[in-house]
Amino acid sequence: MGVTAVTDTAKFNASALDELIAKRQEPAWLVDLRRAAFETFCEKAMPSRKEEEWMRTDIRTFHLDKFDLPAELTEIPADLPSGLLTEGVDLGGRLVSYNSRTVSSELSEELKAQGVIFGSFSEVLASHPEIVRKHFAHAVDPHFDKFSAMHAAFFTTGQVLYVPRGVVVKKPLHALSLLGAGGVDLGHTLVILDEGAEATMLNETASIDESAPGLHCGAIELFVHPRARLRYINLQNWGHGVWHFAHQKGIVERDAHIQWTIGALGSKLSKVNQHVALAGVGAESEVNGVMFTEGRQHLSYHTLQHHEAPNCRSNFLYKTALQDRSRTVWRGMIKVDKDAQKTDGYQRNDNLLLTEHCRADSIPGLEIEADDVRCTHGATIGRVDEEQIFYAQCRGFTRKEAIRAIVIGFFQQVFDRIPVESVREALGKAIAVRVRDYE
Amino acid sequence: MGLIETSMTDVLKIENLHVAVEGKPILTGVNLTIRRGETHALMGPNGSGKSTLGYAIMGHPNYEVTDGAIWLNDENVLEMAANERARAGLFMAFQRPMSIPGVKLADFLRHATTNVRNPERKEGEELIPMREFRQEMKSKMQQLQMDLDFARRYVNDGFSGGEMKRAEILQLAMLQPKFAILDETDSGLDADAVRLASQSIAEIGGAEMGLLIITHHDKLLEHNPPDFAHVMLGGRIVETGGVDLAKELHSSGYDRIRKAYPDAAAIEQVMNEEETQVAS
Repeated sequence: MGVTAVTDTAKFNASALDELIAKRQEPAWLVDLRRAAFETFCEKAMPSRKEEEWMRTDIRTFHLDKFDLPAELTEIPADLPSGLLTEGVDLGGRLVSYNSRTVSSELSEELKAQGVIFGSFSEVLASHPEIVRKHFAHAVDPHFDKFSAMHAAFFTTGQVLYVPRGVVVKKPLHALSLLGAGGVDLGHTLVILDEGAEATMLNETASIDESAPGLHCGAIELFVHPRARLRYINLQNWGHGVWHFAHQKGIVERDAHIQWTIGALGSKLSKVNQHVALAGVGAESEVNGVMFTEGRQHLSYHTLQHHEAPNCRSNFLYKTALQDRSRTVWRGMIKVDKDAQKTDGYQRNDNLLLTEHCRADSIPGLEIEADDVRCTHGATIGRVDEEQIFYAQCRGFTRKEAIRAIVIGFFQQVFDRIPVESVREALGKAIAVRVRDYE
Repeated sequence: MGLIETSMTDVLKIENLHVAVEGKPILTGVNLTIRRGETHALMGPNGSGKSTLGYAIMGHPNYEVTDGAIWLNDENVLEMAANERARAGLFMAFQRPMSIPGVKLADFLRHATTNVRNPERKEGEELIPMREFRQEMKSKMQQLQMDLDFARRYVNDGFSGGEMKRAEILQLAMLQPKFAILDETDSGLDADAVRLASQSIAEIGGAEMGLLIITHHDKLLEHNPPDFAHVMLGGRIVETGGVDLAKELHSSGYDRIRKAYPDAAAIEQVMNEEETQVAS
């Protein structure tokens, strides 16, 4: 077993890490963190289906040795796509990375003057090391599994947003991560809203080449300090050759609020852990998910709503439509700690199967240690009804238009919860384009 | 006097139509000709094949035409997909319309109206301008005494029986088909609601359409007096008459018909027995 592990991870080795550390001149605490994570990375075997976490997600065809560490950019391709989420949106700032290297970074003068920090990981580490140190790896545990460890050891770029106490940022900030053919993205997103701050961040990933292989092994950490309000939108739109492994966690403090919307359209295979911790009294979270899969895509999302403090509310809705032979797994948990009395937790996952051979596994779960709580959950799996299609056809809809209308209707409930119009429209359009004409 | 009349009238012609569902014959030779502007009542006991005729005319994939033909003027209806039939001017008000959660009735109807009015429209081409459509829908809704909020609700989602029927009539009013089949548009409604429905159909121009009204009641015919009444038994039309026949059937039932057409009554009995066997 050990031999396999070594071969598999050949390029992500000790000398590669030494070289990376030597080149980057990072503070000692981060170097130590990288080295510790690398040890974990070497110790842990590739996950297998014997583990509970991975029993529905088969990565035997994933070979890490086919990928290289992100290289320095020698040239940036012309005409990089600008993403889907920002049409008609007046942005406060914008970051673009390509193959894990930052290619552009902008922030409006107005926001700079208010003390807002928005930039690539290296930029912010250099200018505000204390903010990064206080938060980095404080939400996502680098030692959780092989992928979180690999990410922490080898990541090269990412995006950091910091909004100071009481500052309300109206204009959304946009971060776009792009992958070229065969590229590797080890992006780390760090969002920190200090007390009473408000902001909207649009985070988006995409591939230049729709079918070329690629690897994303990333982490997202969101810190919503007391009374702050964060709207975070994450669209995963990688090409269909990309392996996507991600650990994502938001920590919501006292009376703070997070609205976290996930759009998942891309990748060959995704294994994502999305975790919200309601860490302070009165914290609230709303998680929305829109997923559409096709071909042989496999998307696996493990979600956790962790009520650590009393009087918190968490609301969770994922909706998924599947076509072809694609497959999704949702395994959700509401965990209520002993002290988290008066918890109000909700989770729901609806799946719409568009073809015969797709499959959705939907596994809700509750783990409650407090005795005065209200937690509800539900999951549905349904198909498009031929009678609905016929009805719409009798009103002049083509079969394809009918299916599209039914699918978009299925997502409407979650679209209604997304406050940013450009996001609703982008998701609606992206899904409408994908829906095919079934017989 | 010099006007061209009958030669321009649209005609829906059903010839010797045989239809099977899952291999089981339901219609066994229906002949029916409807001219635009005429109202036809189609009556008959449960299971005689009335709704099947409606579904077959609209092209439901589970209703297999095993013999016969349907013509709309000189166009072969059987060669058209359901949406092409709608665009050619055929409409059916469903007995139990389907709900489409998340799709607002107004949006659904805007798309439907666009497609039906522009039969050549390709997928993705522009819809009727929103403002123009809304105005038209608003006036139709006022005419039908419908609350405008109704159009913001999702298609048939959580509608009461009466609301579904009114939504069907609204669609009929907007789409203005050449021929409309009203499949028990009166079922599940109270007497006042049936009267309102009957009146509405007349007001939205039912007289300019060819109407095929499938009904158990005579109330729906109050404002839309039939030019012809047909009785279906054992999968075919056995007798055709005028409004008096409709009244007779409504008051006296089908015993006389069964006696007069023993062969059709025998088929009815076989079908009912098979139905019972399937059910048990």
